[in-house]
Amino acid sequence: MKIFVCLKQVPARDWTPELNDGGDWIDAEDAPVEMNEPDAYALEEALRLKEAHGGEVVAVSAGTQEAASTIREALAKGADRGILIEDEHLPAADALATARTLAAAIAPESPDLVLTGLQSDDAGYGQAGVILAELLDLPHATLIVEVQAEGSTLKLKRELEAGWFQRVEVDTPALLTIQSGINKVRYATLMGIKKARKKPLDRKTPEELGVTLDNMQTITRLYTPAKSKQTVFLKGAPAEQAAQLVEKLRHDARVL
Amino acid sequence: MSVLVVTELEATGGFHKMSWEAVTAAQQLGAALAAPVHGVVIGRNAAEQAQELAGKRLDGVSVVQHAALDDYTADGHTAALTAVIEQLAPQVVVLPHTYQVRDFAPKLAARAGRPLVSDVVEMRVEDGSAVYVRQLFQGKMNADVSVDGLAFVSVQSGSFRGDQAAAGDSPAPISSVEIEIDPSIIRVRPGERFQESKGEVDLTAAEIIVSVGRGIKDPENIPLAEKLAELLGGELAASRPICDSGWLPLERQVGSSGQSVAPKLYLALGISGAIQHVVGMKGSQTIVAVNKDESAPLFEIADYGVVGDLFEVVPALIAELEK
Repeated sequence: MKIFVCLKQVPARDWTPELNDGGDWIDAEDAPVEMNEPDAYALEEALRLKEAHGGEVVAVSAGTQEAASTIREALAKGADRGILIEDEHLPAADALATARTLAAAIAPESPDLVLTGLQSDDAGYGQAGVILAELLDLPHATLIVEVQAEGSTLKLKRELEAGWFQRVEVDTPALLTIQSGINKVRYATLMGIKKARKKPLDRKTPEELGVTLDNMQTITRLYTPAKSKQTVFLKGAPAEQAAQLVEKLRHDARVL
Repeated sequence: MSVLVVTELEATGGFHKMSWEAVTAAQQLGAALAAPVHGVVIGRNAAEQAQELAGKRLDGVSVVQHAALDDYTADGHTAALTAVIEQLAPQVVVLPHTYQVRDFAPKLAARAGRPLVSDVVEMRVEDGSAVYVRQLFQGKMNADVSVDGLAFVSVQSGSFRGDQAAAGDSPAPISSVEIEIDPSIIRVRPGERFQESKGEVDLTAAEIIVSVGRGIKDPENIPLAEKLAELLGGELAASRPICDSGWLPLERQVGSSGQSVAPKLYLALGISGAIQHVVGMKGSQTIVAVNKDESAPLFEIADYGVVGDLFEVVPALIAELEK
């Protein structure tokens, strides 16, 4: 099975975003970066499928040139080769522009399976995978918590709302978005890191792929959400705190 | 110029509750843009359910029913809604940000070659144009977003009040949309829907929720929170780590990967307030946070804060309520 997995490099989750001078995006110059956590689960699932059924895992990322380190991480964990589409505008690209870029790189490769994470920890559109399926003319299934490949049929379990699940089947080639928590993500070994240095990493630009980066959703302003509430802190010993809280919930908030 | 609101039917037949939140959002946007608002209902029983939608203040309701759409698939939904959009030519398509919408709306928008502004928490109109507010960086930032031309917009759970969807003076006219769907376009074979746990819990319908986080420390302590929930006549819920550890079933999980709730009272015990949790409960009317750590981010959105040991505070609360 030829499996493509899409990986995004994002600012680390514990980093507090700083605004750029224009106030319409972040200044990520000093931000520590990491592999988008939901994508790490997609990568792990790709590696497990390859180990069970054979084939190849290709890690593809659309980002700045620094995103090469995220692809190297995937190669160290066991991916066979990487494709980096690099452009300084890619981190701020909207979901459609990102998916168009990825599609242009993936389409000529005719993969059997494309995996993505659920959403990114930065822009959080939660769309690139599904759009990519449309652009590649592949069937898709989202929020996947279990994958079984039987020949060219994928037997899947999807997470629905409110504790419900659904079984779905689809034939390859197909695209799946993977739900976080589906597996336990592996660490790269020292041997893996060493091997990764020799694995191929192909670099392209959107121009070379014939893609114009053009955001249709324009962020006119980025800002810290206003603190909407003035918290009333209840003081004293636990019994006093409890008495005050019940009083306030009954008579001020009127929710009891 | 018009606004189209896409509703969602549950597999069990009735409307998904978030449909009404989307209707409210669409009505408010339509009023601000001075644009008519149409509703669409799609799937098995759509014709039957259309009456309820037509009771809302809408300029029309479109019904799409077809054997190929009886069981939801992204392929079927996309084909059907593409036909509706071509017919009605709206400027804005509003959808509820449900799991189902996340599954097909990006595809629908991409097929139209248009953007989907997902997970919108607020909308307003400036100089005749819509501005959508969505959160980035896990809620640490808000963005004002504008779109030139047709925009698809999904609204975050709890950001608009479903009970504020205005009723119309008279029922909106209902029309049936005739579509041709070649069954072979549907490539995913939907199967059985099931719950792994008993599944009697609908957190979204609860008026009071007592929720536990890592601070509860041990599964043996869950009954303490459960007792408080019972006394308050509420449901017990949890943050993701508690469900991942198997201390409570997944269906009781509140947050970005669980349920989004907006009860009258949300009482959080030992939950620090990571954004993945906060997005699922910040729409609650009254939020109480109990936490040992006074710098817990949840205190930023709490109406009432109790800095203290939950193992002392909760028994005191139980005693107070039993008085």
